[in-house]
Amino acid sequence: MSLKHDIGFTLNGVKKRVTVDVGMTALDMLRDVVGLTGTKYGCGEGECGACTIQVDGLSMNSCLMFAVDCDGRDLVTIEGLAADPRADALREAFVEHGAVQCGFCTPGMVVQAAHLLATHPDADAETIKRGIEGNLCRCTGYKKIVDAIESACCGGK
Amino acid sequence: MTPIEQYLAPATLDEAVGILQQGEVTILAGGTDLMPQSKAGRLAIKRTLMNIRRIPELKGIALDNDAIRIGALTTITEILNDPLVKEYLPVLADACDHFASDQIRNAGTLGGNIGNASPAGDTLVPLIVLDAEVELASKPNGSVTTRRLPLAEFFTGPGRTKRAANELLTAVRIPLPKAGHVARFFKFGTRPALDISAISIGIAGVIDNGVISNARVAFGAVAPTPIRAARTEEALEGRRLDEATIEAVASAARDEVNPIDDVRATAWYRKELIHNMTKRILDHVAQA
Repeated sequence: MSLKHDIGFTLNGVKKRVTVDVGMTALDMLRDVVGLTGTKYGCGEGECGACTIQVDGLSMNSCLMFAVDCDGRDLVTIEGLAADPRADALREAFVEHGAVQCGFCTPGMVVQAAHLLATHPDADAETIKRGIEGNLCRCTGYKKIVDAIESACCGGK
Repeated sequence: MTPIEQYLAPATLDEAVGILQQGEVTILAGGTDLMPQSKAGRLAIKRTLMNIRRIPELKGIALDNDAIRIGALTTITEILNDPLVKEYLPVLADACDHFASDQIRNAGTLGGNIGNASPAGDTLVPLIVLDAEVELASKPNGSVTTRRLPLAEFFTGPGRTKRAANELLTAVRIPLPKAGHVARFFKFGTRPALDISAISIGIAGVIDNGVISNARVAFGAVAPTPIRAARTEEALEGRRLDEATIEAVASAARDEVNPIDDVRATAWYRKELIHNMTKRILDHVAQA
């Protein structure tokens, strides 16, 4: 039996209490304990960004984070952004530009883009490219992704 | 692998070093190295997993007499955006800007990058040429004591340091650079982001009337630990940055490193990179 630990945190604006294995990743907790499967498992090593979530307002790889370390923190996943009017422009821009091919990288890409726009509201294409360095798109559809994020800057210029 | 028997998240330094004193503890900070290493079985988490992220004494960047003290828990993003670092230690900010990805910079800590002791750790080479010291705390006889060690002497092998099992790395102290201080960092990987360096180079010194003193040269990913390169420093010390000096320094650098072949680069290629990039850095400094 692996050691269990009780933690409490805010998830997409709602208080949660769960029991997790101490060695478990935040990603496994979200998908398997909480049941939110929008956050994806890609590489499990922090290389691909498919598991990106926001923790206390900063984007992080949930596959590199210990679930127990979520205790007392504020988590936002793609499901939270789906319900957030501030992310409307970004979501619509992805649709508008066709910035989705197979879609597997999309949740992580959108969460990272939301963090990027929150910290760099007037990001240009170069800043956006640097900002999504930690997110891989295996379909290599970067051009439309960068265009979509750029068009969502300042609510679309 | 022995299962984890307890998980602790102390709120004070005193508590944390007390826990370390009991032995068999693995320290968790950002988790960006610990998680993949433990998942892959390269590192077994000991009996106690201690999360130090809630200890306020380990956070923050501040001027401390004639040094800048960076708490071990300071994230790479926090260093990158810090006004003191930008003003006095731009070479460290530059290294942090080339560190992994935004997601990892937001979670990974300076203490973790040092404690992980990778020969390719991105902050290590610039910190060594800045004469950084690490601060270690322990509680051997009921009260907290600290000691300091030069970072250049801290590493003993890949993943190994002089930190004793009962010690916690609490901070890094970097002396304020003197007037005329110049420092450069260069990292070579096959892509700019998220790549582990094939080599990295740090060069620093004080330039007065064109002459270099206090020369510091360090290399990453060419030995089992990041190394300070004494013979290369000798070739630079007290010299003017003319063409002959630059070639002599670059050649000394190539001769001094002893890298291995691995998946990222061959030993031969690493030696050539060290020579050519050392030359390029010094050319740029000379032209600046």
